[in-house]
Amino acid sequence: MSRAQVHQTADQAVAGIEDGSVILVGGFGLAGMPFELIDALIRQGATDLTIVSNNAGNGDVGLAALLAAGQVRKVVCSFPRQADSWVFDGLYRAGKIDLELVPQGNLVERMRAAGAGIGAFYCPTAVGTPLAEGKETREIDGRIYVLEYPIKGDYAFISAYRADTLGNLVYRKTARNFGPVMATAATTTIVQVSEIVPVGTLDPEAVVTPSIYVDRIVAVQGRQYTVEGAR
Amino acid sequence: MTSPLSMDELAAVIGRDIPAGSYVNLGIGQPTKIADHLPADEDGNPAVILHTENGMLGMGPAAVGDEIDPDLTNAGKVPVTELAGAAYFHHADSFAMMRGGHLDVCVLGAYQVSARGDLANWHTGKPEDIPAVGGAMDLAIGARDVYVMMSLFTRNGDAKLVPECSYPLTGVACVSRVYSDYAVFDIRPDGVRVLATYGISLAELRDRVPVKLLG
Repeated sequence: MSRAQVHQTADQAVAGIEDGSVILVGGFGLAGMPFELIDALIRQGATDLTIVSNNAGNGDVGLAALLAAGQVRKVVCSFPRQADSWVFDGLYRAGKIDLELVPQGNLVERMRAAGAGIGAFYCPTAVGTPLAEGKETREIDGRIYVLEYPIKGDYAFISAYRADTLGNLVYRKTARNFGPVMATAATTTIVQVSEIVPVGTLDPEAVVTPSIYVDRIVAVQGRQYTVEGAR
Repeated sequence: MTSPLSMDELAAVIGRDIPAGSYVNLGIGQPTKIADHLPADEDGNPAVILHTENGMLGMGPAAVGDEIDPDLTNAGKVPVTELAGAAYFHHADSFAMMRGGHLDVCVLGAYQVSARGDLANWHTGKPEDIPAVGGAMDLAIGARDVYVMMSLFTRNGDAKLVPECSYPLTGVACVSRVYSDYAVFDIRPDGVRVLATYGISLAELRDRVPVKLLG
């Protein structure tokens, strides 16, 4: 993997994203949501996208705004239905968007497998439930497991706290969530951060995502969301 | 007890039953109330470490005022606080803690629980309802003890402890105990045992719950 590029704007950071791309989008609700990258993608205009994310948008911002712009064909997520998921709900009920519902741990482990070069894995989650129907199973040491395949992205959009100019990342609190795993699972990982610092500034013992996984970095102004907006 | 428990009283009952020293995940909704009733150590500090699926051990109470930080929320996306000794980790680690058998107890809500401990709590199965599963299936098969906290009867008076679940399953034979407003049930290999009743006789409980109940 070549060295990460530091971009001056979010629009530059998302340039070249093709129609039909699979994009892994970090965040749990709005914590860790890469708002500026998503807003830039709305301006960039790529369509027919598949979005892999824990939720399917909250309120009218971030992922919900991307859905409302009509750029998304399919959402792969664990928890679409929430009190403030009206954008997704409307599109889904109108038959304008596809949903693949995946248990949250399987969602992240399938991306971990993609990033770690694992062909598939046997997982005990969802055995005997509708979400395992039609999937291959195997009994191992007296327990039944379901075969699960990797989820690989063409792109990952991640929000981290700080990056150095090489692309080493640290996160903040529970905004870390899917970021470190998604960073490994995409061909091109694009990261927005609050601050880009010189190489040597971050404590190597505290780096969460090593630079090898990061392709594009952009510093953005503050987090444009509130807790009220998250509910 | 001469009357059924309120959900707050039930939360206190469950909190008293969670052993000190446990690592515990409380599901969103009613189980969140249990956080106010967990055991404390001799110095009054929490004796249970709370796990939240979105990547934290050592979760503290809900945040208020200046404590509110959009980067620090619980599984219900409510702002929370961190306690001394807290740790943050990514989602793959968080769910490895569940699947890998590292969590001692989780408490989940339920639509139905079957006599053999099948859990249904993620989807009504109605075509007009949008399904959402979150971390429920991972918790159900992962935590060493899965407790359910629920009202025992629907608004129509139907028991939610049933011979076979009619709602789509979350997990198979995964529930070890059911805490309800009318009774506490242990789900055992030899059957369902009633551990406590609240405002109902065992005879009436047997009349209203269509599952063989061991006394």
